[in-house]
Amino acid sequence: MANVIEEIKYTRDHEWARIEGNIAITGITDYAQSELSDIVMVEPPKVGAKIKAGDAVGTIEAVKAVSDLFAPISGEVIEVNEKTVKDPSIINKDPYNEGWLYKIKISEPADVEKLLTADQYKDLIAKH
Amino acid sequence: MAKKTPFYKMHLKYNGKIVEFANFLMPIQFEGIIAEHETVRMGVGVFDVSHMGEIEITGPDRIQFTDYITTNDVFKLALNQVQYSAMLYPDAGIVDDLLVYNLKNRIFLVVNAANTEKDFFWIVQNKKYNVEIKNRSDEIGQLAVQGPKSELLMQKIVDFNLADIKYYWATETKIKGINVLLSRTGYTGEDGFEIYMDAKDGLKIWNIVFDAGKDYGIKPIGLGARDTLRFEMRYCLYGNDIDKTTNSLEAGLGWIVKFDKGDFIGREALLKIKETGLKRKLVAFETTRKGIPRPHQKIFNNIQEIGFVTSGTFSPSLKKGIGMGYVGLSFSEPGTKLKVMAKEPIDVEIIKGPFYKKGTHK
Repeated sequence: MANVIEEIKYTRDHEWARIEGNIAITGITDYAQSELSDIVMVEPPKVGAKIKAGDAVGTIEAVKAVSDLFAPISGEVIEVNEKTVKDPSIINKDPYNEGWLYKIKISEPADVEKLLTADQYKDLIAKH
Repeated sequence: MAKKTPFYKMHLKYNGKIVEFANFLMPIQFEGIIAEHETVRMGVGVFDVSHMGEIEITGPDRIQFTDYITTNDVFKLALNQVQYSAMLYPDAGIVDDLLVYNLKNRIFLVVNAANTEKDFFWIVQNKKYNVEIKNRSDEIGQLAVQGPKSELLMQKIVDFNLADIKYYWATETKIKGINVLLSRTGYTGEDGFEIYMDAKDGLKIWNIVFDAGKDYGIKPIGLGARDTLRFEMRYCLYGNDIDKTTNSLEAGLGWIVKFDKGDFIGREALLKIKETGLKRKLVAFETTRKGIPRPHQKIFNNIQEIGFVTSGTFSPSLKKGIGMGYVGLSFSEPGTKLKVMAKEPIDVEIIKGPFYKKGTHK
């Protein structure tokens, strides 16, 4: 069973966001990494990019599958986790901590309210 | 309802991720495709390949008949020799690729899981001479023990010298008293064996093999790594790289077509293709910068669309994207630089030979 942790928010596209003030740290969920399995390439949006919640802003490739990265929240990309770009297997090992992908400076605080809680996300993946 | 192989219980026991494939519940992976891939390249791994189809041809004319329905020369096979071959439609499209075993009193065909029913039908429809044809797929289990350490492992459980069995040879023997058909064959590029047994004996054989393999770090391997392993060797996969719309010559399978042997289904059409000249060829390519090609993506040169990807994946051994696909003949030379149309174009270069060149198969 995929791990869903309490203190962060989720999207229907299997991304997560940890809100710290006006900054959101994002990544893909444990469920997503397990569905993709061996992740071998990740292309997050570039620092400085203005992104809109729900848009495809990057890609993530596993041995057998490719998936878009969707922005959980609108804002500006202020930092990218180069460690996961260099060694994407970190995302498989620790999707919620070491495996974070990029940070957003939030421009639309209302987007945060639209994210799913851990319980809502648990329900979502239980249906899969 | 999807079928279960004799080893289904073991896939659950080893926490395999189960998917439906060719109407069977099969493990796509256990610990992960890359780790499993490396187990087979470096050590030894075991695949449940019981989903593969087994069709048996008996009767006095079995060799003549098999020769008529396949492209390779069955008369060349000695007793217990194995041959890679293909069956064609009259228009030279490929029905399936398969292994032909010439055994005592029978020919044993091993066909792709998704094609078993279709192939059996096709063979029965084209029956001639004095032969009997049986689909034995449901009664037979199959394990593939593959990797550089597979001979060490297998030597512990058979009572003859395995060095006597060369690549693409078989023997009908016993493993700890259980009847099996054992061949030095595989789909990985590594040294390895395939074991066919009565489905009811499957679990016993599994346990014997895993007991003997403990010292060698034996692990179960899923279909995901089976695909990356075959792909690195540039082996064709039916349904991806070859099918009824492709012919053996453009697919690079001319080496298993023996025009001189006499008549076989598809010969006339294929000969005409050979005389007219090929329009396209199946090529293998590596990415030169980044990206991973995926099936169905279009291939361009600098100007125009010239082909499409049939197989594409990340190569765990080469640590980069690799692909196969059909391209126009004039673009098929090794060294040719092309672009695969993903979300962003992927730079690729056509290569010669297999992607992985250090395979231990003998």
